[in-house]
Amino acid sequence: MFLWFHKFGSPPHFYRIAGKWIPWLSGLFLVLVTAGLFGGLIAAPPDYQQGDSYRIMFVHVPSAWMSMLVYVAMAVCGIIIMVWRMKLAEIVLISSAPIGASFTFLALVTGSLWGKPMWGTYWVWDARLTSELILLFLYLGIIGLHNAIEDKRVAARAVAILAIVGAVNVPIIHFSVEWWNTLHQGPTVTKFDKPSIYWSMLLPLLLMALSFQVYYVLALFQQCRAELLRRERNSKWVEEL
Amino acid sequence: MIEFFNMGGYAMFVWPSYAISALVLWLNWYLPRNQHRKLLRQLQSRHGSQQQ
Repeated sequence: MFLWFHKFGSPPHFYRIAGKWIPWLSGLFLVLVTAGLFGGLIAAPPDYQQGDSYRIMFVHVPSAWMSMLVYVAMAVCGIIIMVWRMKLAEIVLISSAPIGASFTFLALVTGSLWGKPMWGTYWVWDARLTSELILLFLYLGIIGLHNAIEDKRVAARAVAILAIVGAVNVPIIHFSVEWWNTLHQGPTVTKFDKPSIYWSMLLPLLLMALSFQVYYVLALFQQCRAELLRRERNSKWVEEL
Repeated sequence: MIEFFNMGGYAMFVWPSYAISALVLWLNWYLPRNQHRKLLRQLQSRHGSQQQ
């Protein structure tokens, strides 16, 4: 087990495996996203209160979930960096940042496009929206900090601390709709009792969420491969490619 | 068909949401891929010139 972990963590091995996985992940993503879009845009009925505008949910909610999931993954990488100084974790952390920032940006933009017809405004300073905006700034801060420090091993440790400290925001985002009185609706899916949503809407939502997760791994692998090559351009295994 | 594109009158909110999501996801896929290819080409030409 430890041997496997060690081998998987070595840059040349990871580079090769990631390259092999990319076409499979692309195929899986396309299948899932097609099924999800069909279910969400065509098969699911309009909502009895929101009409067809609720269909924004199928991109909004998965983006928002992913914005938090990617951040948690980065914080875990941060811990690995601080404890074991693992090179691969440094690369995964910094490669995740632009993807996470994109998901956060999408959650905010699609949310505001949904807010306009339903709430009558593109933006309010409500707890859920504000904490999600802070998440976007955290991502941008991590990218900026990493770019500002020349020595990438030092930069990785600085970024790791920021990622770990910023993780405090994730539960705040999740519980913001319960702790504060907000305009944003409460959770419909991740409740402890049964989700208050019909399966004809829930199934495409879950498909889209799954496809976004696959997409994250796919985009991450691609970003990691580019980053690995850039950093290790002078090492022996790169020359052998 | 027209009904589908009309989205019950919410077309100007629904379709931009999907369009921008597609665009951002595509960029996240395309940019690193492009960069990776460029790097590979650079490395290859450097390696080639060293051998001669």
